[in-house]
Amino acid sequence: MPNLKLIAMRLKSVTNIQKITQSMKMVSAAKFAKAERDLKAARPLGIAAQQFYKSADIQSDKEQPKEIFVALTSDRGLAGAVHSNINKNIRAQLEAKIAAGGPSAIDNCKIICVGDKSRAFFSRFFPKQILMVGNEIGRLPPTFNDASKVANAILSSGYDYDTGKLLFNYYKSVVSNETTELPIYSQELVLSSENVSVYDSLDADVVQSYMEYSLASLIYYCMKEGATSEQSSRMSAMDNSSKNAGEMIDKLTITFNRTRQAVITGELIEIISGAAAL
Amino acid sequence: FGLRRMMSTSSVRSADMSFTFAAPNAVHYNAAVVRQVDVPSFSGAFGILPSHVPSLAVLKPGVVTVYEEDGTNKKFFVSSGSVTINDDSSVQILAEEAHKVEDLDINAAKEVLAEAQKALGAASSEVDKAEAQIAVEVGEALVAAAQ
Repeated sequence: MPNLKLIAMRLKSVTNIQKITQSMKMVSAAKFAKAERDLKAARPLGIAAQQFYKSADIQSDKEQPKEIFVALTSDRGLAGAVHSNINKNIRAQLEAKIAAGGPSAIDNCKIICVGDKSRAFFSRFFPKQILMVGNEIGRLPPTFNDASKVANAILSSGYDYDTGKLLFNYYKSVVSNETTELPIYSQELVLSSENVSVYDSLDADVVQSYMEYSLASLIYYCMKEGATSEQSSRMSAMDNSSKNAGEMIDKLTITFNRTRQAVITGELIEIISGAAAL
Repeated sequence: FGLRRMMSTSSVRSADMSFTFAAPNAVHYNAAVVRQVDVPSFSGAFGILPSHVPSLAVLKPGVVTVYEEDGTNKKFFVSSGSVTINDDSSVQILAEEAHKVEDLDINAAKEVLAEAQKALGAASSEVDKAEAQIAVEVGEALVAAAQ
């Protein structure tokens, strides 16, 4: 028979856990409401920023183009599957390349880890591909300033990528989000693409400023989507956690009462048999 | 400044311009149909009508004027950003910050300009000087727009 004290301790700790996850859910719900409002304003911006690349339909013709993966995660966990979805997606893509072309096939691929969650994952599996790491992400809602810092870091990293992918979680609804990738291209690739020659009077300065601003806009859009997905995912994860804790509390309370009654019955038996012996 | 007009000669032409004007803080137009848009860009200020030749441009601090279908026009102050005109006549203006000119306060604008000029005077390194110069340009455009 398990000790009454042990069950009491477990009951107390599970009750605490339930309170904590309950309050985390409330906090996430508040942050999610704000993130969703911001996303409403940011979505037209994201669609507009992608319009040029959709119309231009740029292809890379190199055999093994230099690629860059930008994993847009954050520092904070307990958010359900959001971070691991992005990480696993990138890992699957890299492993597919290795399967097709051998271990040297990924020498041209680098990863930019935005957020500690992706850094921790990739420093275990693909430490040589990590190009740079960004942290202090996830505490405050993302601003255009943050996005331009990331864009700046990518452009001044010294790594001349040809194509790249921004990986983020597209927010579909409170209970569902989808890991999506947005393509990014280098300036040379854009300038040499045939569809781009339709655009009139482009000089190098204008294209460079345009591409820099465009990259920052795209990153801003992905960060906003990612933040909304993360908060909604954390909200449901914490809600499930509170429900599970609630179930455990019910079961433990029943066991506790049963144990308590058994202890009392045992004491009674001792008393009665002691009295009967007199 | 000079105004230049360009007619697209491609066969793909649509009668209306699908105009999207978005900034991180707010969306002013989303795939709306408007008559004309005047933008201040680094390659000169120009007006965009439907069937403008496809082009890319970078915004300079200044005022974007949107002439709507019913004849009214709205002015917005933009700090910086990009302009995309695609060959299907859709126009996307992405601004870093965009506000209605009516919302600008002339005194606050003058303060911004004065601070920026002070920073330019105190700047030492090339990067600091360039950043301060940008702030001065934005301040000057702000004051011009708020008047």
